[in-house]
Amino acid sequence: MAQAAIELVGINKSFGAVRANRDINLEIARGTIHGIVGENGAGKSTLMSILYGFYQADSGEIRVGGKPASIKTSNDAIALGIGMVHQHFMLVDNFTVLENIILGAETNALLKSSIAKARSELDRLEREYGLEVDPDAIIEELPVGLQQRVEILKALYRGAEILILDEPTGVLTPAEADHLFRILRQLKEQGKTVVLITHKLREIMAITDTVSVMRQGTMVATRETSKTTVEELAELMVGRRVLLRVEKGEAAAGAVKLAVKNLTVKDSRGVTMVDDISFDLRAGEIVGIAGVAGNGQSELLEAISGIRRAVSGSVMLDGKPIDLTGAADPGELRDRGLAHVPEDRHHVGLVLAFEENENSILGYHDDPRYLKGPFLNIDAIMADATDKIEKYDIRPGNPRLKTANFSGGNQQKIVLAREIEQDPGVLIVGQPTRGVDVGAIEFIHKRLIAMRDQGKAVLVVSVELDEIRSLSDRILVMFAGRIVGERGPDATEGELGLLMAGIEQEAAA
Amino acid sequence: MDTLNAIVQVLDSTIRLSVPLLLACLAGLYSERSGIFDIGLEGKMLVGAFAGAAAASVFHSAFIGLGMAILISVAFAMVHGFASITHRGNQIVSGVAINFIAAGSTIILGQAWFQQGGRTPALQPGERFESITADVISNFLATYSFSTASVADLLVSIRGLILYLPALLFDALARIPGFGPIFAELVLGHSVLVYFAFAMVPFTWWVLFRTRFGLRLRAVGENPAAVDTAGISVTWLRYRALICTGILTGVAGAYLSMVQNGGFVKDMTAGKGYIALAALIFAKWKPVNAMFACLLFGFLDAASIRLQGSPLPVIGKVPAQFMQALPYVLTVILLAGFIGKAIPPRAGGVPYVKER
Repeated sequence: MAQAAIELVGINKSFGAVRANRDINLEIARGTIHGIVGENGAGKSTLMSILYGFYQADSGEIRVGGKPASIKTSNDAIALGIGMVHQHFMLVDNFTVLENIILGAETNALLKSSIAKARSELDRLEREYGLEVDPDAIIEELPVGLQQRVEILKALYRGAEILILDEPTGVLTPAEADHLFRILRQLKEQGKTVVLITHKLREIMAITDTVSVMRQGTMVATRETSKTTVEELAELMVGRRVLLRVEKGEAAAGAVKLAVKNLTVKDSRGVTMVDDISFDLRAGEIVGIAGVAGNGQSELLEAISGIRRAVSGSVMLDGKPIDLTGAADPGELRDRGLAHVPEDRHHVGLVLAFEENENSILGYHDDPRYLKGPFLNIDAIMADATDKIEKYDIRPGNPRLKTANFSGGNQQKIVLAREIEQDPGVLIVGQPTRGVDVGAIEFIHKRLIAMRDQGKAVLVVSVELDEIRSLSDRILVMFAGRIVGERGPDATEGELGLLMAGIEQEAAA
Repeated sequence: MDTLNAIVQVLDSTIRLSVPLLLACLAGLYSERSGIFDIGLEGKMLVGAFAGAAAASVFHSAFIGLGMAILISVAFAMVHGFASITHRGNQIVSGVAINFIAAGSTIILGQAWFQQGGRTPALQPGERFESITADVISNFLATYSFSTASVADLLVSIRGLILYLPALLFDALARIPGFGPIFAELVLGHSVLVYFAFAMVPFTWWVLFRTRFGLRLRAVGENPAAVDTAGISVTWLRYRALICTGILTGVAGAYLSMVQNGGFVKDMTAGKGYIALAALIFAKWKPVNAMFACLLFGFLDAASIRLQGSPLPVIGKVPAQFMQALPYVLTVILLAGFIGKAIPPRAGGVPYVKER
């Protein structure tokens, strides 16, 4: 094995009660492409931020090129030859490429000589690595792929020998991603060390030499890429099954409640995230949408629930069209019997500063049940909240408590209680159990199945494969904005994993 | 000749009236370009005006007055920085607080120190900045001699030597028949602070677009995270921007109490800080535009004073209030998107917090 470019020894980092990194040991060989995989929240980005001086580890040692290094600021990291390409680009959008590149690396107090130097240096980098980009272009006028190239150039301009890329392909088109990989291979040939953080296993298999897997803040394994498989990595990433499989009977699917046809959705950057998707959701069934985070599930959810405007496509709710590309808003959908439990309960589902009882009617606050003339009917609201607290076992059972003071699982129950108790015909749930403890998971799953048994249509989007498998009557797998396969509830984890990784394989249905 | 005279006079007062706006506007430009909204320009000008006039009258020196105006104004800017940069407070609230503190404290201290109802004593010659008129220049040329009698004399003589050639030129220009009087009225006859204000326009442009400090300043107002990851301290950078703001509002205040007026009068800024903010938006946060915006707003002010009571041709009588409201009306029209788009610095008003 070649000499180590970076060694991390016993790194620990906590944010409050959350242990983001626990006792991490990692060795990255010089001149290799090293992948770090793990689910969202596994601690990959935290680890790399420690390496780049954005955070400081609570304990542990970093060695760069064999020597112990103290990295307190990004400056220290840059001086040690560590460069980072952030997931969200650290570029000034209305600056030129040149201005962005010299920012923080100017030669002296006046810009003239810095710009001249950067211009000639860019020329050299362009020749050496094929990183061509117009130095005078304004960043916001460049496509995302080129913006990322500017980020790489920024790092190289500062003399980076070790380049960390955090989820670099999330915003790229496949062609741009392929180009990026060519660049990374070229960098490797020139002796640079590349650290690639991703949750996309296909990329890991395609480009890395070594791969380390993180799960829940710990480093669970390091493998040579050529000696491992997608299946093994997926299992390592997800870990043992902690989830109890909830008992449920056969689905009695009825009439189509929600019919989605050719739906296309773009994100705020203008990247197509949902690409021409069609599916039906019937009464009395749970349809699960599986997929690695960032493959368009969030945007799909947001579009169907009226939060994000769709670009094109048609959606029928109970046989009547809803105009998701235009006028439809969540209120209208709610009135028509479509309830939504958003993925992000903290920012979309709840107002954390509100009391529990206020959140338990949020969005339904103009329902006559909760009103007395033009005023809120506090008594009715409190009675309603108390009722929900009892039914859903929300703890602590105090409707006057600030919502922020409830645990994640109980906050999720508040949202679920609010939406389910409105008795909607269609329930759309994003990440039903993200950040929820095991006991509450079981409760939530039972509730969702009870909804189904009452003849409601339930759509569940989750990145937890186990959850999808135990809840769903039908499983749709999303990859790169498309539905790449439909499977029954008995599909194996490996089979779904392959679909999720975008590896097309015609398994017997 | 009467009309020409009137026009020249209006233009002359346009310059005088736009100087405090221009200084405050450029002050706001430094701060807002760095991502710190500063609604406290008004208050900083006011404390600058008070400190300047008070110090000038106590120490009998215009320059000590100016220095004190800058010092106190910078101190207030640092309070704004402490609240909104270090403690990530709401920038608008902090700015408003500064305006209130300024309005109250200047009156209280003025009354306590000078017992003239919140005024400072009328400034004597030498305590205020004198106008450099054509007479002053010809006088200077007539009486100039090189003396080495004492160190002070020597310094004055050397300064005179440097000023001698420009003085000769201006003197000659002012003597050209026809053109001379207009030149003397418009270009000459102002105090040194006026020339400073207008010199700050190209200087600010140069700082912003040609220096490392300017590049970083603009960057931190657009995307502080980019600046942070580039290894530059966002905090220190924003503090430096606020120091620039404090210096300029200090000069603006000094101009009000030591040039335009012979002493401090309570609430003498009279909303100029807000008009300067409007001008800053109108100028789309660009220094040269800022100068034109301030000249325009100054002109409206000058015209409204000049036209008080007298009817305009075609339109008839225009209420002075209408002219005074025009800067705000124009700014609203601009903000509504009728005169191109005014895009503020993107990180403006948002305290910088490192995120995951």
